[in-house]
Amino acid sequence: MKKFDKERVLLAVAGPVIALVAAVVLTSVVLIASGKNPIEPYLLMLEQAGFSDVQVLIINQAGMYYLAALAVSVGFRMNLFNIGVDGQYRLAAMMTAVVGAHVGLPAALQIPFLMLVAMLTGAFWAGIAGLLKVTRGVSEVVATIMLNAIATSLIGYLTLTEVWGVPLGNNQTTGVMKESGWFPAISMGKAGEIYGFTIVAVLAGVLYWLILNRTRFGFDLRATGASESAAAASGVDAGRMVLTAMLISGGVAGLAGMPILLGDAHTYSLSFPAGLGFTGITIALLGRNNPVGIAFAALLIAFLDKASPALDYALPVAYDKEIAVIMQGLIVIAVVVSYEAVRVWGLRRQQRRVGEELAAAVAVADHDNSTKKEVAAR
Amino acid sequence: MSRPYPRSRDTSTTLNSAEAVEAGALRVDRPLSQGECAIDASSSPPLAAQSTVAVELAGITKRFPGVVANHDIHLSVHKGTVHALVGENGAGKSTLMKILYGMQKPDEGTIAVDGEQVSFSSPADAIARGIGMVHQHFMLADNLTVLENVVLGSEKLHGIGGGARRKIKEISERYGLGVRPDALVENLGVADRQRVEILKVLYRGARILILDEPTAVLVPQEVDALFGNLRELKAEGLSVIFISHKLGEVLSVADDITVIRRGTTVGTAVPSETTPRQLAELMVGSELPTPETSESTVTDRPIIQVERLRLEAEGGRAVLDDISFTIHEGEVLGIAGVEGNGQTELIDALIGLKGADSGVIRMAGEDITTWPTRRRREDGIGYIPEDRHRHGLLLEAPLWENRILGHVTEKPNSKGFWLDIKGAQDDTRRIVEQYDVRTPGIDVTAASLSGGNQQKLIVGREMTHKPRFLIAAHPTRGVDVGAQAAIWDHIREARREGLAVLLISADLDELIGLSDTLRVIYNGKLVADADPATITPEELGSAMTGAASGHLEHVEDDEHTEDDEHTEDDDPAAPEDEAR
Repeated sequence: MKKFDKERVLLAVAGPVIALVAAVVLTSVVLIASGKNPIEPYLLMLEQAGFSDVQVLIINQAGMYYLAALAVSVGFRMNLFNIGVDGQYRLAAMMTAVVGAHVGLPAALQIPFLMLVAMLTGAFWAGIAGLLKVTRGVSEVVATIMLNAIATSLIGYLTLTEVWGVPLGNNQTTGVMKESGWFPAISMGKAGEIYGFTIVAVLAGVLYWLILNRTRFGFDLRATGASESAAAASGVDAGRMVLTAMLISGGVAGLAGMPILLGDAHTYSLSFPAGLGFTGITIALLGRNNPVGIAFAALLIAFLDKASPALDYALPVAYDKEIAVIMQGLIVIAVVVSYEAVRVWGLRRQQRRVGEELAAAVAVADHDNSTKKEVAAR
Repeated sequence: MSRPYPRSRDTSTTLNSAEAVEAGALRVDRPLSQGECAIDASSSPPLAAQSTVAVELAGITKRFPGVVANHDIHLSVHKGTVHALVGENGAGKSTLMKILYGMQKPDEGTIAVDGEQVSFSSPADAIARGIGMVHQHFMLADNLTVLENVVLGSEKLHGIGGGARRKIKEISERYGLGVRPDALVENLGVADRQRVEILKVLYRGARILILDEPTAVLVPQEVDALFGNLRELKAEGLSVIFISHKLGEVLSVADDITVIRRGTTVGTAVPSETTPRQLAELMVGSELPTPETSESTVTDRPIIQVERLRLEAEGGRAVLDDISFTIHEGEVLGIAGVEGNGQTELIDALIGLKGADSGVIRMAGEDITTWPTRRRREDGIGYIPEDRHRHGLLLEAPLWENRILGHVTEKPNSKGFWLDIKGAQDDTRRIVEQYDVRTPGIDVTAASLSGGNQQKLIVGREMTHKPRFLIAAHPTRGVDVGAQAAIWDHIREARREGLAVLLISADLDELIGLSDTLRVIYNGKLVADADPATITPEELGSAMTGAASGHLEHVEDDEHTEDDEHTEDDDPAAPEDEAR
C-alpha cells in the first residue's frame, strides 16, 4: 500500500518539475536566439529573491494570486472553467471600496462585513454565468468572458464622478475607506509590511482542502468533475452543483482583491491591479488544483513578477524583464502537456503494476494446487 | 457464460460427431491426447499430419509487465475446422490472438502457418499470410455502403467498382453470407454488419479467420445463422478460430476446443464428449459449486409498482410507452430485449435520471415518481448500471472513493456533513475481501482493476446498503465464470431476504435462470411475458425481435405473473441450476 502512496507523491511532483524544467530550457532557447546569455537572468532574479523587501512584495502578491487561483480551481475540480475570476474580483473590490467608504462599523464588524460584501458581489457576478449554464445551457467559458468585459464597463460607469467616483489628482477613485475597515498588517521592520489578509488567504486554502476532501458536498463536487454521468447516477443534482460551484468560485474570487484593498490601497482606483484572475488560471493549473500546490505556484509566479523588474537595470548588460512573461507563458503550455502525459503514464503504470502483483499472487496460488485443478478439469 | 445452451446442444453435438468421422483418422485419436493434455499443461498433443494443420502455435510466451501474459501456449488449428478458444476474461485469449494477428510479437515460441514458420511484425503480414480477424467491436464506416467498406484499404485487390462488386457477390454466394454490396451500413442490423466484417476479411484472401466473441451481440436466431455461415466456411476448407466464453455455443459449433487459463493452455476437449460443466470447470480450474435447489421467495408484498409509464424523446417520440409492472419482495423480474429497445430509458426512469412524462412509479406504496435520484437511493434503490465506466465508477479515483460513490449520505461513508473516510476505507476492505475483488489494495484506482473485479466492487457496494429494490443491468457482463456465480449467489441471497430485483440482461440463460417472472421489451413496450420455468432462449429470442408477443407459454395474466404458479424455479430444466 505504501508503495502506491509514494508513487502518487512522485507523480504529483513529476508533472510540475518536468514543466518547469521545460519552461526554463525553452526560455533559455529564446535568450540564446536573441543573442543573450541564457543563464545570467535566472541568477539575477534569484539574487533579487534574497532581498527581504522583495520577499515581502512576493508574499503580498502571492496572497492575492492564491485567492484568485483557489477560485479558479474550485471550478476546475468539477470541470467548470471560470475565466471570469478577473471580472468578479475587480467588481467585488470596487463594490467593497464603495461600501467601505460609506459604512463605518466598528472594526470587528466592519472587516467581516466588507468581506461579505466582496464575496456576495463576486458570487453574484459568477452566479449569472452559473444560472445561464443551468437554465439555458450557455457555456460558462463564453458567459464569463463576456461578463469580464461587462464588468470592466460597469466599473467604468460606477466610478464616474456623477455616480460613486471621487477624483483624486488625475486618478479616479471611489473615495478613501473608513479606517475601521483597514486590515492590520504584519510589520517586517525595514523590509515593509505583509498584508494581514494573507492569513485569510492561507485559511481559505485550509478550508478549501477541508470542504473538498472531507465533506459530502466536496465529494459530490469532485465526483461531478471526475465523471458527470457517474455523479448523476450517484444522486448528484448536476444543475444545482454547477450553480453552487459557480457561486463558491465567485465568492472566493471576490476576496482576491481584498489583501491590497483592505491592506494598502483603501480605495478602488484606476491603478488597482488588474489581471489577477488570468494569472490565477495559470497558477491553478500549475498547482494542480491542490491547495499546497497552488501555494507554491503562487509564490513562483509572484517571484517571477517581482524579481524580473531588476533585469531592466542589470549591469553591465540589461535584460528585458519580459523574459519573465515569456517564461510564464511557457510554463502554462508545458504544464498542460506534461500533466496530461504524466497522468496517462501514471494510470498505465498503475494498471501494469496491479496486474503484476495479482499475476504474482495467482502464480503462487496456482503453483500450490495446480495438480488438483488439472485433474478436476477432466 | 458458463451455462449450457439447453435445447440446441444435443442435436448439434451429434452433428459434430458426424463431421468428426468425416474428418478422418486424426480425430479418432484426439481423445487420447486430450486426456494427457488435460493433466499435463506443458505438453502439446503430437501432430499426426503437418499438412492438415492450418496454424500451429508452439511454446508461445509473451511477457508483459502486468496483464496475464501468455506462457507456453500450444495451439494447432486444423484446416476446415472451427477451433474454439475458451477461457475466462483476462485468461490471455486476446493476447494470444493479437500475437497470431501480428499486433504483438511473442517473446518465445513459434508460429507456423500451413507448416511454414512465420514471423509477423504487423497485421498486414498476417493478412498477407491469409489470417483475418473479425473484432468484437465492428470497424465499419456507417455512412458508406457495404462495397465501400469492404474495399476500403484494399483498393488494389479488385479495384473499387465492378470488379470489387463481382468479387463481393461471389464471396457472399459461396459462403451463403447474403450481403448486398450497395446497402448502406447504417441501415444494417448487428448480424448483417457482422457478416460484412466477415466478408471484409474473406475479401482480403483470408483462409484462417479469427472471430473474437462473435455471438456476444446476437440473439439466438442470429447465432444459429452465424453458425450456419461458419459451417459453410469450413466446408470450403477454411479454418475458423472462435473465441468465446459461452460454452453452450462453443460445444455446438466447434470441432476442437482449446481451453486457456491464466495465460496458458490447460487442455483440449472434444465437443462430442464434453459437457458444458466439464468445460466450465476446465476454464475456472476448479469444480464449480454444486447447485442448491432454490425455492421461490416471491411474496405478495409489492415493492415497486410501475403504472402506465411513458417517456418521450425530444420531439415527442415515445421511447417508453405504457409500461406497467409490479415487483414484489423476493421477486426477480427479468426484462429480455435486444439492446436499444428502451431498457436504458427504463433504468433511467427508475433511478430518477429521467423524469417520467406520464405514469406513476411507487415504492412500497409511496409515490416516488418525482423524487430525485439521491432520495431514491437513500430510500433503498440499489443500482448496478449497464455501463459501469460511465455510471458506476470514478475510474481515476481510488477504490475507497468509489465505494462512497452513490452512497455518500449513508453510513459508513459519512457522519452528518462530514465524510467518514476511515469508515469508508474499512468497509471497502471488507467488500474487497467478502466479494473477492482482486486488488493489491484499496488505494489503487478503479481503472487499474479488470472489468470483472470492478463489477464485484460495484455489486458489493450496492448490496452492502441492503437495498429493497435492486436495478441490475447486465450484472455479470464481462465477468468471468467464477465471479458470475458469486454475483448470482449474492443476488439470490438478497432475494431470499426480500429484495426485489429488476434484472436486465443480454444473456438469456442468466435471465431465465435468475428470474421469477419474465417480460420482453420491444420498441419501448412490454410486448410479451413468459414463465422462466418453461421458456427457452429461442422462444424468448423470437419475442425479442418482435416476432412474437403476448403470453409466451402459458402465463395467466400480465398482472398476476407474480403469483404462485411461477414459484417452481427449482424446476430441473432451469439451466441455471445445472450450470452452477
